[in-house]
Amino acid sequence: MEPLAPFSVVAPTSLAAALAALAEPEARLVAGGTDLMVNLRHGIGAPRTLVDARGVAELRGIAAQGGGLAIGAAVTLAELAEDARVGGRWPALAEAARLVAAPAHRAAATVGGNLCLDTRCTFYNRSAWWRAANGFCLKHRGSVCHVAPTGNRCHAAFSGDLAAPLLAYGATVEIAGPAGARRQPLGALYREDGAAHLTLAAGEIVTSVQLPPQPLPARYAKARARQAIDFPLAGVAVALGMAAGKVAALRVALTGTNASPFLLAGVEALTGAVPDAAWREQLGKLVQKQVTPMRTTLLAAQYRRRAAAALAMRLAAGLAGEA
Amino acid sequence: MPMPPEPMRHFQLNGRDCAVPAADHALLLETLRETLGLTGTKQGCDGGECGACTVLIDGVARLACLTRTGECEGRTVETIEGQGVAGRLGRLQRAFHEKLGAQCGYCTPGMIMAAEGLLRRNRSPDEAAIRAALAGNLCRCTGYVKIIEAVLAAAADG
Ligand SMILES: Cc1cc2nc3c(=O)[nH]c(=O)nc-3n(C[C@H](O)[C@H](O)[C@H](O)COP(=O)(O)OP(=O)(O)OC[C@H]3O[C@@H](n4cnc5c(N)ncnc54)[C@H](O)[C@@H]3O)c2cc1C
Ligand code: SF4
Ligand code: FES
Ligand code: FES
Repeated sequence: MEPLAPFSVVAPTSLAAALAALAEPEARLVAGGTDLMVNLRHGIGAPRTLVDARGVAELRGIAAQGGGLAIGAAVTLAELAEDARVGGRWPALAEAARLVAAPAHRAAATVGGNLCLDTRCTFYNRSAWWRAANGFCLKHRGSVCHVAPTGNRCHAAFSGDLAAPLLAYGATVEIAGPAGARRQPLGALYREDGAAHLTLAAGEIVTSVQLPPQPLPARYAKARARQAIDFPLAGVAVALGMAAGKVAALRVALTGTNASPFLLAGVEALTGAVPDAAWREQLGKLVQKQVTPMRTTLLAAQYRRRAAAALAMRLAAGLAGEA
Repeated sequence: MPMPPEPMRHFQLNGRDCAVPAADHALLLETLRETLGLTGTKQGCDGGECGACTVLIDGVARLACLTRTGECEGRTVETIEGQGVAGRLGRLQRAFHEKLGAQCGYCTPGMIMAAEGLLRRNRSPDEAAIRAALAGNLCRCTGYVKIIEAVLAAAADG
């Protein structure tokens, strides 16, 4: 097999040591490695040092926090999916975790790695020789985007599943770096640029995710090419609260369709109404307007647009029916 | 420039102490196949997509092609070579043989190790649990039905 370009590995046990190791030139954080190792094997990036996040005490464990939950970035997706508190009160998050990859991936894959997953594109997730034969592309080493050759930006899709339910639940993330620690809404971790989709500064680490208390009833669903195991072509989380037969609160989050996961804007217009067929059509239209899938997957962009809308409508109908 | 010597890694491999040199960037798949000569664990893809390299680490199914050898320090590693006991087939190997769960056989070591991981957690899995446990293992020959029958038979075999 093709060997990896050499790197050394450090395994710090404290956050301070991890930040110091990441401050060294060409150091890169690795957690489960289920995304990064694949990219390294494809010749994307050649770090001199990998800093293993999994032994860092501050990134471990799931803890109750003011009625909500704080989830360490190094918690594995297997742990997340099996946690009784998560499954009981934040079922959309447990569902999303179970829908990521296969068991052998989930035993290694982490929450932090899922949130900081590289964006994906059919011209990018390829071996080095395949991409070289194609002249590489704008996202890495090349100058042209093969998806939109007349433009000058990358449309690779953010395809992590957890971000959608976490956005719908109103999660925040805590970030530590050379300049100290901060907490921000999860949405602020991302920007709509496939080649630079994370707003993290050099040397920064996502340390934990906070779920606020009193979650709305919520569900997550994804469309994928292979039902057994696949990234989302479109992933949708809907959180919906009912009062007296009308929609009292609504949050819809999407992943897999754009360069960043995002909360659907304009849902206020849909609250205070009876969620009938016409209401669902309106929701579907709102989704179709805001998703911007490009031809970064083998399936047509239009399919992903419609799938996103259909999933949102189906989930909303289910939640309204249960209430 | 001479390469620095590769550090020794220590883990239990198929029930025995193992010490093997491996650089920090060495993958477990490479160490198993090329340094230790255990070629039962297969490479089927560029990384992470096929499950042919599935092994157990501390009893849990993991992909040897995405795991650095250094991550295994102090742990237990089990491969397909550990399935047979004293020259006799293990229960999963026997079931795959009898139920025609293997055709070309390329996916079989990974299938058996993923199934072994499942049977350690769940002694009598139903078909849905088997499908979920093998979701990451691709087979281009059997159509999966015979594989599922083989795992059910192995589970019934105790
Ligand atoms: C066949 C296959 C199928 C897959 N299917 C899915 C799927 O359906 N859905 C899905 O969401 N994912 C999928 N994945 C991708 C991946 O397995 C998961 O997203 C996983 O959660 C990534 O986590 P990790 O810990 O392995 O990340 P790593 O590979 O360790 O890291 C990924 C990136 O995040 C950075 N990073 C890691 N932790 C942190 C942190 N705490 N702070 C800042 N940066 C950090 C790393 O530097 C790296 O750039 C799949 C992968 C494969 C190989
Ligand atoms: S969208 Fe364009 S620039 Fe981005 S990865 Fe795909 S081909 Fe490359
Ligand atoms: S070789 Fe294909 S998943 Fe490891
Ligand atoms: S038996 Fe040939 S790939 Fe499964």
